[in-house]
Amino acid sequence: VQASDRFNINSQLEHLQAKYVGTGHADLSRFEWTVNIQRDSYASYIGHYPMLSYFAIAENESIGRERYNFMQKMLLPCGLPPEREDE
Amino acid sequence: MYLYSLTLQQATGIICAINGNFSGGKTQEIAVARGKILDLLRPDENGKIQTIHSVEVFGAIRSLAQFRLTGAQKDYIVVGSDSGRIVILEYNKEKNVFDKVHQETFGKSGCRRIVPGQYLAVDPKGRAVMIGACEKQKLVYVLNRDTTARLTISSPLEAHKSHTICYSLCGVDCGFDNPIFAAIELDYSEADQDPTGQAASEAQKHLTFYELDLGLNHVSRKWSEPVDNGANMLVTVPGGADGPSGVLVCAENFVIYKNQGHPDVRAVIPRRTDLPAERGVLVVSAAVHKQKAMFFFLIQTEYGDVFKVTLDHDGDHVSELKIKYFDTIPVASSICVLKLGFLFSASEFGNHGLYQFQAIGEEPDVESSSSNLMETEEGFQPVFFQPRRLKNLVRIDQVESLMPLMDMKVLNLFEEETPQIFSLCGRGPRSSLRILRPGLAITEMAVSQLPGQPSAVWTVKKNVSDEFDAYIVVSFTNATLVLSIGETVEEVNDSGFLDTTPSLAVSLIGDDSLMQVHPNGIRHIREDGRINEWRTPGKRSIVKVGYNRLQVVIALSGGELIYFEADMTGQLMEVEKHEMSGDLACLDIAPVPEGRQRSRFLAVGSYDNTVRILSLDPDDCLQILSVQSVSSAPESLLFLEVQASIGGEDGADHPANLFLNSGLQNGVLFRTVVDMVTGQLSDSRSRFLGLKPPKLFSISVRGRSAMLCLSSRPWLGYIHRGHFHLTPLSYETLEFAAPFSSDQCAEGVVSVAGDALRIFMIDRLGETFNETVVPLRYTPRKFVLQPKRKLLVIIESDQGAFTAEEREAARKECFEAGGVGENGNGNADQMENGADDEDKEDPLSDEQYGYPKAESEKWVSCIRVLDPKTATTTCLLELQDNEAAYSVCTVNFHDKEYGTLLAVGTVKGMQFWPKKNLVTGFIHIYRFVEEGKSLELLHKTQVEGVPLALCQFQGRLLAGIGPVLRLYDLGKKRLLRKCENKLFPNTIISIQTYRDRIYVGDIQESFHYCKYRRDENQLYIFADDCVPRWLTASHHVDFDTMAGADKFGNVYFVRLPQDLSEEIEEDPTGGKIKWEQGKLNGAPNKVDEIVQFHVGDVVTCLQKASMIPGGSESIMYGTVMGSIGALHAFTSRDDVDFFSHLEMHMRQEYPPLCGRDHMAYRSAYFPVKDVIDGDLCEQFPTLPMDLQRKIADELDRTPAEILKKLEDARNKII
Repeated sequence: VQASDRFNINSQLEHLQAKYVGTGHADLSRFEWTVNIQRDSYASYIGHYPMLSYFAIAENESIGRERYNFMQKMLLPCGLPPEREDE
Repeated sequence: MYLYSLTLQQATGIICAINGNFSGGKTQEIAVARGKILDLLRPDENGKIQTIHSVEVFGAIRSLAQFRLTGAQKDYIVVGSDSGRIVILEYNKEKNVFDKVHQETFGKSGCRRIVPGQYLAVDPKGRAVMIGACEKQKLVYVLNRDTTARLTISSPLEAHKSHTICYSLCGVDCGFDNPIFAAIELDYSEADQDPTGQAASEAQKHLTFYELDLGLNHVSRKWSEPVDNGANMLVTVPGGADGPSGVLVCAENFVIYKNQGHPDVRAVIPRRTDLPAERGVLVVSAAVHKQKAMFFFLIQTEYGDVFKVTLDHDGDHVSELKIKYFDTIPVASSICVLKLGFLFSASEFGNHGLYQFQAIGEEPDVESSSSNLMETEEGFQPVFFQPRRLKNLVRIDQVESLMPLMDMKVLNLFEEETPQIFSLCGRGPRSSLRILRPGLAITEMAVSQLPGQPSAVWTVKKNVSDEFDAYIVVSFTNATLVLSIGETVEEVNDSGFLDTTPSLAVSLIGDDSLMQVHPNGIRHIREDGRINEWRTPGKRSIVKVGYNRLQVVIALSGGELIYFEADMTGQLMEVEKHEMSGDLACLDIAPVPEGRQRSRFLAVGSYDNTVRILSLDPDDCLQILSVQSVSSAPESLLFLEVQASIGGEDGADHPANLFLNSGLQNGVLFRTVVDMVTGQLSDSRSRFLGLKPPKLFSISVRGRSAMLCLSSRPWLGYIHRGHFHLTPLSYETLEFAAPFSSDQCAEGVVSVAGDALRIFMIDRLGETFNETVVPLRYTPRKFVLQPKRKLLVIIESDQGAFTAEEREAARKECFEAGGVGENGNGNADQMENGADDEDKEDPLSDEQYGYPKAESEKWVSCIRVLDPKTATTTCLLELQDNEAAYSVCTVNFHDKEYGTLLAVGTVKGMQFWPKKNLVTGFIHIYRFVEEGKSLELLHKTQVEGVPLALCQFQGRLLAGIGPVLRLYDLGKKRLLRKCENKLFPNTIISIQTYRDRIYVGDIQESFHYCKYRRDENQLYIFADDCVPRWLTASHHVDFDTMAGADKFGNVYFVRLPQDLSEEIEEDPTGGKIKWEQGKLNGAPNKVDEIVQFHVGDVVTCLQKASMIPGGSESIMYGTVMGSIGALHAFTSRDDVDFFSHLEMHMRQEYPPLCGRDHMAYRSAYFPVKDVIDGDLCEQFPTLPMDLQRKIADELDRTPAEILKKLEDARNKII
């Protein structure tokens, strides 16, 4: 494998990471990964109305309130990020 | 195993609704999305909602918007879905279809975080549309017209911002300046990086304006300003000449008016007095109403209260924002204000309503305003109000909705011919048990007893031009009774009919004379009262008669046919005689075609199992044109003419057709197409209707001819939106029927059954089920049948609600409070009066207003014993101490001391999140007393988890308590633990048993197959599934097979391979040695997935049942959105081949409307396996004729054969 190719793959990866939110990389931390999964899940719940209604029935809230709660949870889906180790 | 999937009842819940002039012209329509279905509704002149068009799009519709190009008369529909495409639809009034005008791909399919489709916003002047995702991406499409006035769409312009969550989008009305879109956005990038949490606490929502520069063809962020952190929704404020422009930001507790360069104008949303302080008030739906000189908004909160929002403005400057209490209606997902003064409310759960405005809230009421907004140390001062009865709105119609369907059982408790579907629907105070019966609902107008057993009934007009019928003629075995129709129906003797003999037929003949056919002759009563009598020759008598308005054919005993025609003067003239080979079973003449002298065809049914078509033309009179042999002697014949349609709301265009229907003695209805020129018979279809030979009658429904078939139950054959439907009527067995028309009832049916005369009307056409509703108290969770007494035991529970006693007390208190005027507002006097008369007349109904909210950790629950026959609750136990019931089953313990007992699993103080480790669960054991009508608590056993599943097993009780499967025996004081297995991954939610096998469903990990070894007293898992499935419903299909449904909307079947199953059964250790060698914490054996299908809706219940008497069983399912479907196994390889090819061609030739690939949709989570989508196949008749022929050619069949196949497939299920 030549150096230029490697550079090429890297740049492609960077492009993907910029374009598609949630594309992983080698140094991805457990926290970042979970945050992504959680945000994807919430977005999916909001997008699939039957699932949203299913949650709304379980929690006895209105569907509108349930959607708002899920949106709100997208801010910090897994709590605060851990302290950085390298600094 | 190959399955045919068919939706029997389309989803009834509504995701979003928009209104506009989609068909052009003055009428307003409502377009509603019901998940994968797009419907067009219209309130008719009587204020009833009619469905004009309905199409399944095989994709999840997430948002709808309408727009209109400047100067145009017609609105287009933009659809945001999971297809990764933007689709613009136009309703084609002529063909009654949605035409896809544009479809532009912008991203991946599926409901993803950054793929737009969740939000849609249109420029109020129809120049651009913005489509947004939950995060980051927003695309703007410019809409324009080309030289031929067709709609054009540009390539997308990006308005992306990464790390930004979008809460809402709307267009800003800025006249003909550059289009502006507003968005509520939240940037999370800093919060993700800051471990101290400071950034997160400072995270601020912004209101951002995006400007589309039409000159530069570019979108830029024009303006962004912090906005209340509770903001969740935007509403466009009219601009230009109509208003101040800008947006209303709906936030938790507030409505804020914002615009660029304008100070915020804020007002609080009034709160209900009984609302706990911890809860906010969130707006969930909004609508704007614009008239020439004014506009106002209606906003609805999550509790159902509707407020009227008005802006005081002077030009562009808004001085005051007022929020006034309007009315309270059930919480809606969308509300639409129609120009005709209607409000359509698409309820989140339960029936949708159409309301009419009585007033627009001009009278004083509780009001909060920006001008008297008070800020204190604890925040803004709230304004309180008390809900009252409807003052401004009045409900005029409702559209039934089963959403959410929580549990369902197909049972035949009423011992009717077909089973009934018992379904638990709704939520909270709007919960109900709905008993669904396949068939059309009817309205009974009158029932009256007659002297004796009537054998036949006819109605007759006095003149061909009369609108209404003049007489009802009833024939008995030895007499005829004539009733005249007027204000009342009463017997008359001056009609000229012979009343001392039975009648064979009574009809109008010519323009204005009446005919009575009796066994000894024909009596012809002229308009002036003259009577002509034709007598039968010799001792022969008339046995059968066929007639229309101008022609009469009689069959004499022995088989002679005599044909009469009415001539120009109205005289009945004998034309021809013909001797047939034997006695005749039945006769019919086709109705006289428009503008003709006579009908050409006579159908004759003989006892030698044949039906013949005879000509009535003068040239070849009574010559046989064609012969058809049938499986049994025909009992009744009927020609049904289907008029030509050129589309429109009748559906697809089709040429005129003549059908010959024969009711055979074996209960089969045989339907054949008659060639209108040659009289040749072709394309025959048959359907079993019931145990009695069907008698056929022509009636009229919605102005079109239809057929009533009376077998052991009545059926109606009619054309609805271009399709022929043959549907049972939910009514008792009838003997004879005739159309009935009077000024009270334009299109009724008069019928005889037993010794009664019944008049009824047929209600809504096109429906598969009709329902009987029994209201319930709380959200129903599950129910079981008490098999011996046929009673239903229902468990109901609700979170965050007060118990019945607490509610009663609170209500009393609030009325008293209302009396002393503590409403916290200046309008106390008004409220006082209002509250007073409410107290007397109509206490607030919970169904309308919802239960008052309690703290979220409070639960209420009840166990109900209900007698479905009388729809009465015979016992209702309200659980105390914050306990809620989750599971129920009937159990017979092996010592038969008590007989059948009821086990109910409950939890005290259930909390979903954070998960409590120590929840206290109980298993209650009840005894049925008073013939099963009441319950008596035997004892209560405390368990350490949530008992979500209970099941009887070998005279003991199996309980799934969290991850533990445990076997209990009945003790004197409590249940006794016998055996347990703690190896289940998460939480057990279903247990089913068969012989010594136990099929356990885990909430997250699909099925586990277990065995119980009695000698070693051990429960062990011998097989499980390798796919994580979040089970929502399960059903045991056979010894090795389970059907399940997961939360993502998939239905699947798993099966233990045959060899493995045998091995386990033969192994003396029952596979136990192998079990000990299980790898990776799993069971040693794995089940295979044999069927997989994406329904696209959360399936909540599965059951194996047959909806037709004697038919094979199918798997029926019910979903959260209120749809009911069935999966039916194919019995022949040929059918599988045929339908899979038809499905393939349909996919190619007729891709779904909203741009989602059909195959990809049905394989959304797992590849579809061995299921053919009947809903797609059934779209075949809606294709244009040439496309139908093309597909049919490729399948080596004719379109008619394909239609027949489709009909047959459906008839096997329902």
